[in-house]
Amino acid sequence: MSALPTRLAPVPLRVLATTPETADSTTLVLESGAIQPGAPGQFNMLYPFGLGEAAISISADDAAARRLVHTVRGVGPVSAAIAALRPGDVLGVRGPFGVGWPMRQARGRTIVLVAGGIGLAPLRPVIHAVLRERAAYGRLLVFYGARTPRERLFVPELAGWEASADLEFVTTVDSGDANWGGHVGFVTALLAQARFDPARTIAMTCGPEIMMRAVANHLRERGMAAEDIHVSMERNMKCAAGLCGHCQFGPLFICKDGPVFPYGRIAELMTVREI
Amino acid sequence: MADASPPTSPDAATEIAAAFVLPAARLADLVTALRMEGYAVHGPMVRDAAIVLGPLADAVALPHGWTTRQSPGGYRLERRTDAAVFGFTHGADSWKKLLHPPRVRLWSAERQGADFVVHEDAPAPAKLALFGVRGCDLRAIAAQDKVLLHGPYPDAEYAARRAEAFIVAADCAEPSGTCFCVSMGTGPSARAGFDLALAELDPHGDAHRFLVRIGSPRGGAVAAQLDLAPAAGADIAAAAALADIAAANMGRAMDKDAARALLPAQRESAHWQDVAQRCLTCANCTMVCPTCFCTTVEDTSDLSGDIAERWRQWDSCFTFEFSHVVGATVRESASARYRHWITHKLSAWYEQFGESGCVGCGRCITWCPVGIDITAEVAALQDLSQRDPR
Repeated sequence: MSALPTRLAPVPLRVLATTPETADSTTLVLESGAIQPGAPGQFNMLYPFGLGEAAISISADDAAARRLVHTVRGVGPVSAAIAALRPGDVLGVRGPFGVGWPMRQARGRTIVLVAGGIGLAPLRPVIHAVLRERAAYGRLLVFYGARTPRERLFVPELAGWEASADLEFVTTVDSGDANWGGHVGFVTALLAQARFDPARTIAMTCGPEIMMRAVANHLRERGMAAEDIHVSMERNMKCAAGLCGHCQFGPLFICKDGPVFPYGRIAELMTVREI
Repeated sequence: MADASPPTSPDAATEIAAAFVLPAARLADLVTALRMEGYAVHGPMVRDAAIVLGPLADAVALPHGWTTRQSPGGYRLERRTDAAVFGFTHGADSWKKLLHPPRVRLWSAERQGADFVVHEDAPAPAKLALFGVRGCDLRAIAAQDKVLLHGPYPDAEYAARRAEAFIVAADCAEPSGTCFCVSMGTGPSARAGFDLALAELDPHGDAHRFLVRIGSPRGGAVAAQLDLAPAAGADIAAAAALADIAAANMGRAMDKDAARALLPAQRESAHWQDVAQRCLTCANCTMVCPTCFCTTVEDTSDLSGDIAERWRQWDSCFTFEFSHVVGATVRESASARYRHWITHKLSAWYEQFGESGCVGCGRCITWCPVGIDITAEVAALQDLSQRDPR
């Protein structure tokens, strides 16, 4: 065995609980075993036996309970197999990898979070961290866009956030249903109505690239500095350790330089098609 | 001129701490000495009308009296009129196939009831001697060191092979038609990163010999076993003169500083469509490139479904699947894939690893089935940008 930490082999960990979130998404709670608890915005490589690996962000700040929490949307064979796991099953995990959200810089400031679809999962640990140490941060504004009401994640928790005085949480959907009495439309429209001091604010966004660009450009127009806006990027990943070359985004490796980047560092790259 | 001065630092490129002479007839002794030290010696040999790298049982297998003629999309093996051993330029093979193997099993896993256990593969024991590494390829090895050894997560397989590898460099006297190492500052002579370096002198007759330079204590120890005569000043001067001639006979040239700035600035150039008309996205350039390091993984399981393995193999940014993310491929077009490759190689590599990712070996030019020439594409983009400055 090599003395070097290869971090290329998964650690088998037991699934303790599963919660179906939507028709195709599930939250898994795993024992943490030899895997270090990740910081908000970091990710692990998850391996359902024999099938392959997927890079999945950490979706809850549950380090104190020594649990790993991931929310997975089953879209390909690997992620579908992960989303179909039951309590007692075993999942391979390696990580945590990457640069997470700028929690230290966020202290004392107003925090604006903008999530689209499954993009709420990597931002939820930020909400947990702020709520756990509420006095250390300023206002927390969360804007969540989902396609339909049925595709919202963490529905019981959302109700608590909506009712809480500790954060200002608002959801919008692309198309409502008979029971939906909330906002309909783009998340940027909600953001535009919100009042906050751009000079004292830090923003974090995760969702489709087109949404993140719209959000970042809106915040820039309101006077926020590009380095105060943080986006989480996704690209093909095999090793997660900067060795395989797959996740390159211009000169950046999403796996080790990101996935979270200050917008100023990638704004120009985000405008290039097929980069 | 074998003085007692201390070994030079790797960066003191032109300093020669000690130089000796090895008669050509005794080249076999060097191969034998390395084998006696326990090295599996790999070097150039003729096979299938090309010069390839393979295990060397002895010095006889080396390509005595062979040369190659290379051009964009063209490679011919030809007889020389002399007995030169290193009178050719490299073929499609590079040393990365030994240091960063094309296919490696990383680990296996075994189901045990509801559980499974993972057995990580220890790096395969390999004590390799690389025989006849050219200046460009020395720098390519150094480039892969930066990627695979000096990042946050060093690659264990590469580290194990690299730590043991004994490198015998060979200066180039006759570059091929696709060489441009001088432009990239990597050749034609070996400057650093070797244990021993050979410069071939007078391959025409009885005085056929090699100037041997020592690059490490390990190299010095092997040389000492051969009990070589110190080199005369004239031999050292002759080797330097050959290097000067080689440098003056480069097949191609490239302005690497211009390329670094040009490529990101020309991301939207119409020229990428022009390249895409020719590029077959066959991935040959990335397979033969001695610095291209990309890999993918393949997960397999046996018929029972109880044993699973993960294999790593070379991959190429020219494949459609390479940039696949949920539901889509980022670099769908051939133009985007060529642009990514050349921009990474000649520009982004500086930001990632502090130098160019191109060593000027010319393999990508020779082995491109349609003869796309990286130096010509840079020149074309330069022309276009000067006509239409952005």
